[in-house]
Amino acid sequence: MEPHYPLFYVFHFYLFGVIALASAVVFVTRKSPVAAALWLVNTMFSLAALYVMLDAQFIGVMQVLVYAGAIMVVFLFVVMLLNLGHPSALADARGLGWRLAAGLVGLGLLSEIMIIIRAKLPQQLIVPRDFNEQQLEKLNAVGMVAAPLFRDYLLAFELTSVLLLVAIAGAVILGRGRTVRAR
Amino acid sequence: MNFDLTMPAQLTSALGPDLLLMGGAMLLLLFAGWRPESDEHQRTVGILSMALCIFTMVAVGYYAYAGYTASVGVIAVDNFRWATDEILLIATLGTIAMSLDYNVREGITPGETHVLLLLATSGMMILAAARDLIIVFLGIELMSIAVYVLVGVNRRTERSAEGAIKYFLLGAFSTAFLLYGIALVYGATGATNFVEIRANIVRFSLEHNGLLLVGIALILVGFGFKIAAAPFHMWAPDAYEGAPTPITAYMAAAVKGAAFAALFRLWLEAFPTLLYIWHEAVWWLAAITMVVGNLVALAQRNIKRLLAYSSIAHAGYILVAIVVGTSLGSAAFMFYLFAYTIATLGAFAVVVALGRPGEDNMNIEDYAGLWSVRPGLAVAMAVFMLALLGFPIFGGIGFFAKWYVLQAALQAPFPQTRLAVLLVITSVVSAGYYLYVVMVMFMKPRTSAVVPARPSGWTRAVVWASAAIILIFGLFPDAIVALTQRSEPSVNTQPASPARGHVAMQSH
Repeated sequence: MEPHYPLFYVFHFYLFGVIALASAVVFVTRKSPVAAALWLVNTMFSLAALYVMLDAQFIGVMQVLVYAGAIMVVFLFVVMLLNLGHPSALADARGLGWRLAAGLVGLGLLSEIMIIIRAKLPQQLIVPRDFNEQQLEKLNAVGMVAAPLFRDYLLAFELTSVLLLVAIAGAVILGRGRTVRAR
Repeated sequence: MNFDLTMPAQLTSALGPDLLLMGGAMLLLLFAGWRPESDEHQRTVGILSMALCIFTMVAVGYYAYAGYTASVGVIAVDNFRWATDEILLIATLGTIAMSLDYNVREGITPGETHVLLLLATSGMMILAAARDLIIVFLGIELMSIAVYVLVGVNRRTERSAEGAIKYFLLGAFSTAFLLYGIALVYGATGATNFVEIRANIVRFSLEHNGLLLVGIALILVGFGFKIAAAPFHMWAPDAYEGAPTPITAYMAAAVKGAAFAALFRLWLEAFPTLLYIWHEAVWWLAAITMVVGNLVALAQRNIKRLLAYSSIAHAGYILVAIVVGTSLGSAAFMFYLFAYTIATLGAFAVVVALGRPGEDNMNIEDYAGLWSVRPGLAVAMAVFMLALLGFPIFGGIGFFAKWYVLQAALQAPFPQTRLAVLLVITSVVSAGYYLYVVMVMFMKPRTSAVVPARPSGWTRAVVWASAAIILIFGLFPDAIVALTQRSEPSVNTQPASPARGHVAMQSH
């Protein structure tokens, strides 16, 4: 049975949904990389709002901090450092073949989303509607994040730090600029 | 001893060899950065890295000997893991030994390259142990990011940069597929642990759940890129050609082996009840990979590209062992992985030995008449080619590796007769390029007056050790066979519903 949502909620769901979709369409059609990146920020913000509406506040905050914040800043840095900001200087490298291929991949993903929407989830896995409130009372706000991170997924957490170390070491080796001796 | 993986202290003990390698690699990273770059310092770091590899191999051997077990948790403690670890560490050892002098010749001075190899290997060992989709993902990333850097470390050549960028972009692309698939599987089953996934599939009867099936398909695509199975192999030849030759050996042997081990465990521990669904997909993947890899390899004239396509073909043979599933398949899988790793390492060591500065001397025609100037290397290369071909006696364990995969395919609960026939036919095709290399070395007259320099001690050691292992264990394969037969994943891998699987199998 479909649960009943208040009009206020439904209105905002569609509002952010439309903003996210429209920004994404504008994002892929811009010629200037800077403008495209900024539209992508817009999409990320709307997605964050949708996460919050789904009671996933932590993911919403992370979405803003990591995607809309850190990753977009790196994007813009690269674009500006390499001076790719002038659309006229960029010949459109995307030929018809690539566009068709991209369209096909997009259609594939769309049909896959259709399959997913039709799939029935086992009822036992769907959490009750006041699940968050119950957990909040039991573990309080810090515990809800900390308990899985430092207990259930401790190994994953530690491995992530090794992964970051490798990424930094690799970036330093490649970026040092004299990885090979002049001959 | 039975580890309780919910206790952090016991989880740490269960990860002993992995942590030894990681911790040692971090200390070596400090040491490598301690002094200015020089060829001598690079060699010192390399030799210390090899020592660390050997220590880790001993630790893995001890864990296997002690017969530790573990409760169901994020990692597995079983012989499958230890066997894979040993094979990966052998590959790393050989790679570092080859690169000691290669790096001097090509002017690659940072000692950190060896440390990155060790860290990539620790990621692979995590991958061999992983029993949780999150750990699988982190292991793959740890391995891949280190290897992306290593492929592009020789920045003087444009080919290296091109290979690195291609590898990086397609690697990131495939990771996205893998992660998407993992998310969907989690969404459908509510678990990331292999054993829980398997239990939940039965409990919630998810056999025909669209979410789960799409997730499995995406995971297969992600792994397809990592193991370079056709049609997801496009990046491999360029990346293999551009990478420094020892790193190419590492990618062909270790990176592929680790991804295979994770795929094998995932399929058999998490999705055995869906055998009749993924089976068909992996069947086609194996068939297409064997045909494409072998046919395209026939047209190659660059030895690194030839070995790249040969490694694609071998990915197809290993996939046959995965199609078989069961403990029979896992023994054949482990034996094949061992034989393939040794033969690949040896072949690339010969390529390193004959290379000239600037990645020169890489065409098969450059090997013409090698028998008359460097008979030892010519004989060794012939052994490696015959081992990769699966030739009896002279190909040593290469023959038995193919033999056991064939046996496993024919004796499986659902005999894979067609795949076995295809394997034999494509192996015959592969003689066209393996024997061509042998023919060029022994029968064509020498075209250039340059006599290749005597290779350095470390490279020679890799060549002769590989050749000796192939030939000796080729005469006495029983020792390795006994080891591989005990190296199956610890969770019962028999398909839960053979009757349904059998119906689907009839279509082949």
